[in-house]
Amino acid sequence: MSALTKAQMAALVARDIPAGSYVNLGIGQPTTVADHLPAGAGIVLHTENGMLNMGPAAVGDQIDPELTNAGKIPVTELPGAAYFHHADSFAMMRGGHLDVCVLGAFQVSATGDLANWHTGAPDAIPAVGGAMDLAIGAKQVFVMMTLFAKDGSAKLVPTCTYPLTGLGCVSRVYTDLAVFDIEADGVTVRDTYGISRAELAQRLDVTLLNC
Amino acid sequence: MATICDTTADAVADIKDGSTVLIGGFGMAGMPVALIDALIDHGATDLTVVSNNAGNGDTGLAALLAARRVRKVICSFPRQSDSWVFDGLYRAGDIQLEVVPQGTLAERMRAAGAGIGGFYCPTAVGTPLAAGKEERVIDGRTYILEYPLAGDVALIGAHQADRMGNLVYRKTARNFGPVMATAATTTIVQVHEVVETGALDPEAVVTPSIYVDKVVAV
Repeated sequence: MSALTKAQMAALVARDIPAGSYVNLGIGQPTTVADHLPAGAGIVLHTENGMLNMGPAAVGDQIDPELTNAGKIPVTELPGAAYFHHADSFAMMRGGHLDVCVLGAFQVSATGDLANWHTGAPDAIPAVGGAMDLAIGAKQVFVMMTLFAKDGSAKLVPTCTYPLTGLGCVSRVYTDLAVFDIEADGVTVRDTYGISRAELAQRLDVTLLNC
Repeated sequence: MATICDTTADAVADIKDGSTVLIGGFGMAGMPVALIDALIDHGATDLTVVSNNAGNGDTGLAALLAARRVRKVICSFPRQSDSWVFDGLYRAGDIQLEVVPQGTLAERMRAAGAGIGGFYCPTAVGTPLAAGKEERVIDGRTYILEYPLAGDVALIGAHQADRMGNLVYRKTARNFGPVMATAATTTIVQVHEVVETGALDPEAVVTPSIYVDKVVAV
C-alpha cells in the first residue's frame, strides 16, 4: 500500500467518527471529511459561527450571504438545523459538548500538544480564530496533516517548536504515512501506509510504543 | 425603548472620538455595512474596534480602517486572503492589534453585558496568548483569568426589529449580534425591516428591546 492521498485521509477520518456524533471540522483540509461521512449515520456538523446540522456547500440559487460556514463559504442547512450566537457556540465547544473536532496542524507533540495557528515568523500577522477554543473543547481532537513538512522535517515531534494552540489536547493524528494514537503512556501506531514501522521509528524522534 | 431612526446618519450621530466600537459580523454575514459607512461619513476617529475579523476587501470595516479612523483592533482573526487594508496598516505600524481567541472574545463581551467581573477560561492555557494572565487550577484543570470587554457603542446587523427594538436574526448572520448588543452602552442596529410592535413572536425574539437603543432599516 502506498501513502494516502488527501481524499483517502479524509475518508479514513470519516470512517472513525462514531454514528450520532456532534462534530466540528476545521477550516481547510478537515472540511473535506464531510464529503466522506456515511449517509444516515446521524452525524451532526457544528460550525463555530453559530449553527448545528450544517449541510453541504451551497450552489447556484442556494447561495445565501447570511448562511456560511466558519471558512465563510456559503453552505446549506439540513432538517433539524439550529442557529445560535457566538457566545453559545463557543460555550458548547468549551463546555465539552462536541464529541469530535478535526483540525490541521503545523506540529503535534508526543504528549498531544498542538501547534496550528502561528508559524512564529517575526513578520507574520497573528490570527487565531477559534483554533484554541476547539483544541481544548472537544472530547476528542483528531489532527489531519502530512507527516513530514516540505523541507522533510517531521511534524510529529517530541516537543513543538512553533507557538502552541493547546496543551495535551490531541488524541489521534492522521497522516499520509501513518495513523497515531496519543495516550497518557505515549504514542502508538495504528496503521501505516507505504512505510514500514521500522522506517517510521527511524525517521521520527518520537518514541513509538509498538514499533 | 429604542428610537427608530430615519437615516443611518442619525443613528450614528452621537458616536464620539476615542470610542470603543463593537462591530458585529463574521466576514460579511451580519456585518452592519450601512452603519459603518455612516460612521465613516460622521468622522469619529481614534476608535478602538472590536470585531471577529479586521475587514474584508475594501468595504465595511475595511473602509473604516482605510479612512484611518481606527487606533486599535481587538479581534480573533485579522489575517485573511482579502484583509489587505488591515495588513498594510499593521505592517506599517499604523494600527495596534490585540488577538483574542474567538470564544474568549465572545465570552468577554458576554461577561461585560452580564455584569461579570471576570472569568477563568481554559482556552489558551500554555500558549503565547496566556502571557501575563493569572492562572488558577480548579478541580485539577488549569484556567486563565479573562476580563470583560465592554463597548461604548455596538454596531450590529439583524433581520427584523419591531418598533420597541426587539430583534430577530437570520441564519448565521446572528453571530456576534446578540452578545454585542448586551455589552455596549449604546447599541445601534441596522435591520432589513422594521415591523409593528406585536408583529414578532415573543417566543422567537433573540435580543429583547432592553439592549437596543437605535434602529434603522436599510
